[in-house]
Amino acid sequence: MITQPPPQPLRLVVDLNRCQSYGQCVYAAPTVFRFHGEESLEYDYAPGDGVRREVERAAAACPVQAITLSGATEPAPVACGGGR
Amino acid sequence: MTAAGAAGLRTGRVVVVGASLAGLRAAEALRDEGFTGELTLIGDEPHEPYDRPPLSKAVLSGRLDSDHIALPRVRDIGARWLLGTPATGLDVPGRRVELADGRSLGYDRLLIATGTRARRWPVQAGGGLEGVHVLRTREDAERLRGALAAGPRRVLVVGAGFTGGEVASSCRELGIPVTVTQRSAAPLAGALGGVLGRAAAEWYREVGVDLRLNTTVQALEGDACGRLRRAVLSDGTAMPVEVAVIATGAVANTEWLAGSGLAADHRGVVSEGDCRAVAGSGRPVEDVFVAGDVARWPHPLYPGQLLRLDHWDNAVAQARTAAYNLTRGPDERRDHQPLPAFWSQQFGRYLKSVGVPAVADRVVVTQGALDQRQFVAAYGLKGRLVGVVSVDSPRVLDGYAALIEARAPFPPRLGATDGPDRLEPVDAGFPGRAAGGPQEHDIRTPSALAPAQTAHR
Ligand SMILES: Cc1cc2nc3c(=O)[nH]c(=O)nc-3n(C[C@H](O)[C@H](O)[C@H](O)COP(=O)(O)OP(=O)(O)OC[C@H]3O[C@@H](n4cnc5c(N)ncnc54)[C@H](O)[C@@H]3O)c2cc1C
Ligand code: SF4
Repeated sequence: MITQPPPQPLRLVVDLNRCQSYGQCVYAAPTVFRFHGEESLEYDYAPGDGVRREVERAAAACPVQAITLSGATEPAPVACGGGR
Repeated sequence: MTAAGAAGLRTGRVVVVGASLAGLRAAEALRDEGFTGELTLIGDEPHEPYDRPPLSKAVLSGRLDSDHIALPRVRDIGARWLLGTPATGLDVPGRRVELADGRSLGYDRLLIATGTRARRWPVQAGGGLEGVHVLRTREDAERLRGALAAGPRRVLVVGAGFTGGEVASSCRELGIPVTVTQRSAAPLAGALGGVLGRAAAEWYREVGVDLRLNTTVQALEGDACGRLRRAVLSDGTAMPVEVAVIATGAVANTEWLAGSGLAADHRGVVSEGDCRAVAGSGRPVEDVFVAGDVARWPHPLYPGQLLRLDHWDNAVAQARTAAYNLTRGPDERRDHQPLPAFWSQQFGRYLKSVGVPAVADRVVVTQGALDQRQFVAAYGLKGRLVGVVSVDSPRVLDGYAALIEARAPFPPRLGATDGPDRLEPVDAGFPGRAAGGPQEHDIRTPSALAPAQTAHR
């Protein structure tokens, strides 16, 4: 039997240098992306798994491909004691 | 390079110091380039890599929690992560990184990506008081957000660069009265010049920021319990204030490189075009590379100076180039020469920049008008187009970027439909350029371009 690694939580980042405020992502996933002011895009980097489909649609719909989704299956790194 | 030699560069031990944007993207790119050896990421922050731009915007305004800004990891990298572990020393001939916990780590190739930190206020002038903040890390943002939630009567922001403007803007969104002091005659003047700066001053005033130009803070004064109470300004006035945010620029995290022989100081680590670190002797060091906010390097579009760009875009691109060169022999390496680009969001406006406006001598509005919400300004140096800034017009920049890369003449010939009938270039108004005084620094200003490189507030 093949066991899939557990999916990592949904994560994304938008390259705002590339983003041209077309708003396709806002339309595709309105709970994740929104405009603040006329043109400034704001978004949630970790929106929770319930909106994965919408976010994937948003990333695919972005005309300048400014949205990057997580692809790692490894567990998130953690600090081992210490700290500043 | 022989085939065996090239294969050798895809194995062995690579250590990345600095586990943030540049460090993470470099590690991922190393695996993309076929590196199969041992990979270690060392970071002094206890968190997995997160994004800093929202700290002064959505996080500070309370629209996004700081546990929602972790960067996506785009692929598996099979690395050993040493988080919460500062590097404290580098032995170049011995190829070892020393750690604060006393361990030391051997490497075959090293990437330095330790970034910058916010410049602090001198303790003797009140920098140690409770209520005096800087903004660079998640903890900084959480502390400041907490202080703002307590409902201070007034916040003082010292410095009207990008960070200062974003902080002031967030405070106003929260309905908190704000005073901003700026040493020169206009906000953003060090990065974008006085002409654009005067337009930006209007953004501050529209939302009711008390903007004090040509003003510095002389002292921050506290009460008996060490809490900030008063600020004394250079014009002799004093104002009651409980929260101050110091936004006067950034210092490179290079202390851990002291004694390593690398050419490194508060301005950054000097590197070659191909991202290899340069030694104090001026010669590049094999097997030590640099990327991100900590790097200073020669850019062919802006000759005669070393460039340091505290920009998100540069950290990502330079990380990729460094990873490419880390896995290749000398004949195959390529130079890092991206067109610089960054954005800022403040006072409800979306400001984007390509090229390096800060080196310009002339500026001209090519679309819209300075007193309108939307406009584009082009910057020229000795008759060549070197930078372009757009406000609330993000879609036009690609065309301008191509012109800058093609070394197009200034003023540019565009024929834009919303442009003025005649282009009228004026002096760009960079502070200190004509008067010979110091230029101010802010993060996201290419500080290495400043004529007076040691000018700090
Ligand atoms: C508040 C804020 C807002 C910003 N907004 C924008 C924006 O709107 N647009 C834009 O283009 N850019 C913006 N930036 C700039 C952008 O965030 C930086 O360019 C980017 O973070 C650079 O990444 P880096 O990895 O080179 O450096 P950093 O993000 O500084 O990462 C360096 C890492 O190395 C760690 N480190 C330092 N010394 C050591 C040591 N000795 N041992 C181990 N680890 C160490 C640091 O703690 C840090 O985690 C902003 C920055 C800030 C602070
Ligand atoms: S779809 Fe792409 S370009 Fe449009 S607003 Fe979203 S991220 Fe920006």
